[in-house]
Amino acid sequence: MAVDTLVEVETPEGIGLQLRAAGPVARAYAWVIDFAIRLVVMFLVLIPIGWLGELGVGIVLLVYFGLEWLYPLLFEALRGATPGKRALGLAVVHENGTPVGWTAATVRNLLRAADFFPVGYGVGLLWCLFHPRHQRLGDLAAGTLVVYREPASERVAMPRRAPRPLPVPLGDAEQQALLGFAERSQALAPERARELAELLRPLHHAEGDAAVEALLGYANQVAGR
Amino acid sequence: MRQARFELQHGATWEALRGLLERLERGVGDGPVEAAELPGLYRAVCGHYSLALERHYSRGLTEQLHQLVQRGHRLLYARRSGGLRRLADVLVRGFPVTLRRHARWFWLATALFYLPALAAGVWTYHSPDAVYSLLDPASVAELEQAYDPANRVAGRPPGRDAATDFSMFGFYIWNNVAIDFRTFATGIFFGIGTVVILLYNGVVIGGVAGHITAIGHVETFWPFVSGHAPFELTAVAVSGTAGLLLGLALLAPGNLPRRQALVAAAREAAVLIGGAVVLSIGAALIEAFWSSSAAPATVKYAVSAALWVLLALYLVGSGRGRRASR
Repeated sequence: MAVDTLVEVETPEGIGLQLRAAGPVARAYAWVIDFAIRLVVMFLVLIPIGWLGELGVGIVLLVYFGLEWLYPLLFEALRGATPGKRALGLAVVHENGTPVGWTAATVRNLLRAADFFPVGYGVGLLWCLFHPRHQRLGDLAAGTLVVYREPASERVAMPRRAPRPLPVPLGDAEQQALLGFAERSQALAPERARELAELLRPLHHAEGDAAVEALLGYANQVAGR
Repeated sequence: MRQARFELQHGATWEALRGLLERLERGVGDGPVEAAELPGLYRAVCGHYSLALERHYSRGLTEQLHQLVQRGHRLLYARRSGGLRRLADVLVRGFPVTLRRHARWFWLATALFYLPALAAGVWTYHSPDAVYSLLDPASVAELEQAYDPANRVAGRPPGRDAATDFSMFGFYIWNNVAIDFRTFATGIFFGIGTVVILLYNGVVIGGVAGHITAIGHVETFWPFVSGHAPFELTAVAVSGTAGLLLGLALLAPGNLPRRQALVAAAREAAVLIGGAVVLSIGAALIEAFWSSSAAPATVKYAVSAALWVLLALYLVGSGRGRRASR
């Protein structure tokens, strides 16, 4: 049974793109932030309204309508995420991984009225919680997903060492584990690196830093340097 | 092939793609000439990504390639929105065409609204206290007072000026468009929500109309509502159609799985709800700025008839012929 939230999308080139769906908690936090922003805007609009009398009432109602229905739609269609979602690193995409368009953004935001049942987004939160890809009713009808943006990360190069031949032939997964250790060794605390390296004592028969060096040598051998 | 050799061989391609992606994402660069390089580079890197996965190269490398592939995919396959011009085309041609395609459900939504309205109107017209089954006494009293001819000074309701008109406009937008949205959205509950809202609004509106007519405020009420009635009532029916489409997709998805049927129906319904919003805004403008003006009743009825005819012509005729849209 798969318990992670990875959604694999097959592209026309046959590649499996991996998107990480966002759960109801993150989305609820994003909604709270958006709500706070809207509250602040409403408050700022209300302050000068006293001077405008009836005209002000009309403006307030229009602003309230816009904040309730148009604010999420415009942000999602134009920039992919409302400020609240952006603050949590979320983005709205189509089910094929492309950024959300106007039709889908309209549908998913108008269906908030349905997700809101019976009170406080009850239906939406529950559906999002139990759905394998964390879609609420609006997402289902619009064919969208709320995913975590992948942060652009710099590649950390493997530290170079003299290649050391492997004492025994290792399978693909094991070789990959060695490469993974080498790439992450600089980010690990030295004690942790030593601890991990000593787990493979039957392989290299060394201790402490010598064990780490041994594994780095093996990794460079696997990489073919 | 070992990883180091693989990186040496293809590193230049990856760097080229990364640079191209950055320029395209920021919108700088030579435009079409540069963009034409994207498909070839992207496909090559897709191939490299597959190989890297297959050969179990390190996670650092595969994740880096995955990021390149993801950015390329986003750029290459993002749908280009047609802008305001396309929006205008959708409203002028796409909306009536879509409505005619689902004409049956439009008539069903109309019936779900008008039939209860008529029935309720006749009922409240003939039994004086029937309206209190529909609304509380305070609201009824407020409505009676709003349409009381004795309250009018020179044809204009008391205290009404341009600023009040604008505040009423704001109210109508906030209230009526939201009702349209809810009529549409609740259609996802197998259409039940839409049906309930249409029936309820029909009964209340019809009941109020019958009651106001029964107590004799005819020369204030009917000219007032005649102006915005064509747009407002049609907007309600169109929103109901949109909601019914959603419900139908779930109840009778035809050959498609329910999810796909829902997404397809929602695309059509989005066009309909867009048209309904425009109609509602038009109705709000008319209701706020025209309906309460001091024009004589015959003028108002004439305008109303003209609007009905124009609306019917638009919905029936727009988008046909040589330049018919999809």
